[in-house]
Amino acid sequence: MTGQKKQIRAAFVGNPNCGKTTLFNAVTGSRLKVANWPGVTVEKKEGYAEYEDCSLTIVDTPGIYSLTCYTIEEKVTRQCVMDDDIDAIVNIVDASSLERNLYLTLQLLELGKPVILALNMMDIVEERGMEIDLHRLPEMLGGIPVVSVSAAKRTGLGILLHAVVHHCEEGAAGNVLTYGDEIENKIAKLEVMMRARFPDHSCVRWHAIKLLENDEDVRSEHPISIINVVDKSYEKEIIQMKYAYIETIVKEVLFHKEKKAAFTDRIDSVLTHPFWGVPVFLVIMCLVFFLTFAVGDFLKAGFEELLAFFSGRVSALLVSAACAPWLISLIVDGIIAGVGGILTFIPNIVILFLALAFLEDSGYMSRVAYVMDNLMGKAGLSGKAFLPMVLGFGCTVPAIMATRALETERDRRRTMLITPFMSCSARLPIYVLFSDMFFPSCAVLAAFSMYAIGMGVAILAALILHGREKSKDGTDGCLLIELPEYKRPNGRTIGIYVWTKLKDYLEKAGTTIFIASIIIWFVLNFGPHGMVDNAAGSFGAIIGRGLMPILKPAGLDMWQIAVALISGISAKEVVVSSFAVLFGVGNANSEAGMAAIVSHIRMIKPDFGPLNAYALMVFCLLYVPCAATIATVKKESGSWKFTAKMVLFQLALAWTAAVLIYQTGRLLIGY
Amino acid sequence: MTLYDGTAGASYQVEGVFVEEAVTRRLQALGINDGTWVSILNRKKKGAMIVQVRGTRLALGRHISACIEVKEPAPHAGEKGENAV
Repeated sequence: MTGQKKQIRAAFVGNPNCGKTTLFNAVTGSRLKVANWPGVTVEKKEGYAEYEDCSLTIVDTPGIYSLTCYTIEEKVTRQCVMDDDIDAIVNIVDASSLERNLYLTLQLLELGKPVILALNMMDIVEERGMEIDLHRLPEMLGGIPVVSVSAAKRTGLGILLHAVVHHCEEGAAGNVLTYGDEIENKIAKLEVMMRARFPDHSCVRWHAIKLLENDEDVRSEHPISIINVVDKSYEKEIIQMKYAYIETIVKEVLFHKEKKAAFTDRIDSVLTHPFWGVPVFLVIMCLVFFLTFAVGDFLKAGFEELLAFFSGRVSALLVSAACAPWLISLIVDGIIAGVGGILTFIPNIVILFLALAFLEDSGYMSRVAYVMDNLMGKAGLSGKAFLPMVLGFGCTVPAIMATRALETERDRRRTMLITPFMSCSARLPIYVLFSDMFFPSCAVLAAFSMYAIGMGVAILAALILHGREKSKDGTDGCLLIELPEYKRPNGRTIGIYVWTKLKDYLEKAGTTIFIASIIIWFVLNFGPHGMVDNAAGSFGAIIGRGLMPILKPAGLDMWQIAVALISGISAKEVVVSSFAVLFGVGNANSEAGMAAIVSHIRMIKPDFGPLNAYALMVFCLLYVPCAATIATVKKESGSWKFTAKMVLFQLALAWTAAVLIYQTGRLLIGY
Repeated sequence: MTLYDGTAGASYQVEGVFVEEAVTRRLQALGINDGTWVSILNRKKKGAMIVQVRGTRLALGRHISACIEVKEPAPHAGEKGENAV
């Protein structure tokens, strides 16, 4: 049987936020991230499915409104569909927004490849009392198969795959839309010229139309002399005729379309209120972090007991097995302290991601762009730049990737520069630990202030950068984003989201943090003359002491802190791991562990108080992001120079802020 | 008048889009073209607005809405909404 199977490659194409990835996950069993705002998927992804005697390779693409090539997503998707490998295009259409979605459909039909229309969200259409004529619609689209599916409820999937497998052989539909004599004449002429020049070409009509629209990419790829035929760009006419035809379709197939989404309007009257919009957003974010810290701390006790039990057992086992002391030290003081300490923060992390998943899946994210548009406008950015920043509360790496949705390179770079200031979940253990240790009475407030400072610094940095720029023609006021309807968050979507993030976290604990803990243990237990009894003679101490003078003005002149900060570049959680390994504390996140760390710190630097701790927290908030973020920035910006500048800028800023806080605080407190 | 001068709750018919090439194309792809009906759902005094066009909600920045020329509404144009939903 195997080996005989027919191979089919199908691309999922559609408007942003029409449910491509949800459908992709349902069909292929993948677990890609989905959410309810346009632009979640920025890269194409592949998955596999089997149907009858066929093996299907499904390609999920970033959402696009049209097959032009002006944004990164459009380029990625266009290149993907144009690829000769693609046997069939599955055009996913949000049935509740048929009129706009069909515009892309008409363009896809012109490509001359088999197209299958998947009508998604039919349940919403029915809920609103609308009806779509499923017989007339395919007739008006050249007889292509139209399958109604629900990606969220996973219905209609078999029928869709059946349509893909069988329609693939039938080939493309004929011309659905003709543009009138003048344009059709020109298309015919161009088609002849294209065929003469590129005999093997598969989608000649589409290229001819694109030449008439003066599409730059098509013109440069197919340099045929069109001066005699194309006297001007017919883009506007072509678009208008497409929309005119869509209006005809909608009139014929869609009934009761007056029904409005009253639910969304009611919620929007509060959440996007001209005055209350911003305060409401801030309150929502406060709530997210309050839940993260307060409820997370409440839940962590169980984790701590588990870890203490585990570490005690391992230690006893190693002793009874007569292991060498250095090996026991490596495993208990190095690995368990470093990695295990991080695992106790799981409750906080899970709650944070649950809250973010809820925000992303409800439809509120795009509204944040609208609400923050005025403020971001003052910094020369559009409100859309705020979306990556909110994602940055989770993890900076996907946030940097999300900047792809921004229109200009200048906006992208500026947003990449400030997004790391949004406190990511990896910095959370540092705040939890230090605020619990040094601000026992107002730990939540101290931790929360880090998020506020981060956000403030991000906006301030954007304002200053904008003020320094000579040309003022920013994208201020150029916000353009679709606002999806609100919906009840989907349990499955949120489950996938949180599980993926938790898995990333565990993987990081098992790889980066594991290795970093071993390296830290090594650096602290070995010196120029071999293994040392006292860490003061270790390599770590030697390196750390070199940096002490620089950290002194910030009140952080301990070589241990220098070591922790350097190792924190591998991943921010490692700052906490370092303290655990440095002081041989098995469970840094427990009360006993914290007391041990505080007493160790006080032994070395007796005057280390809340002010020093706060300066350290601020430094951790602002300094160089983790290695993964730096690599992502390099990849996305394509420039080492920019990346290096960013790192230096953040280091300088972190140092300045920590020094300012420490010195001002000292003046105020008066010691 | 431009769309920026419009008031929340009213519908307007587009007469022309006069904004940067790239933005024009995006707007066209979203269906905002000469003759399209746009209704303003919500707006900030000096800033972005939320509009509904061809069954889709969009947030439009001030710069963009100020570049969309619309027809002055007739005295009773408020009810002329059926095309604009």
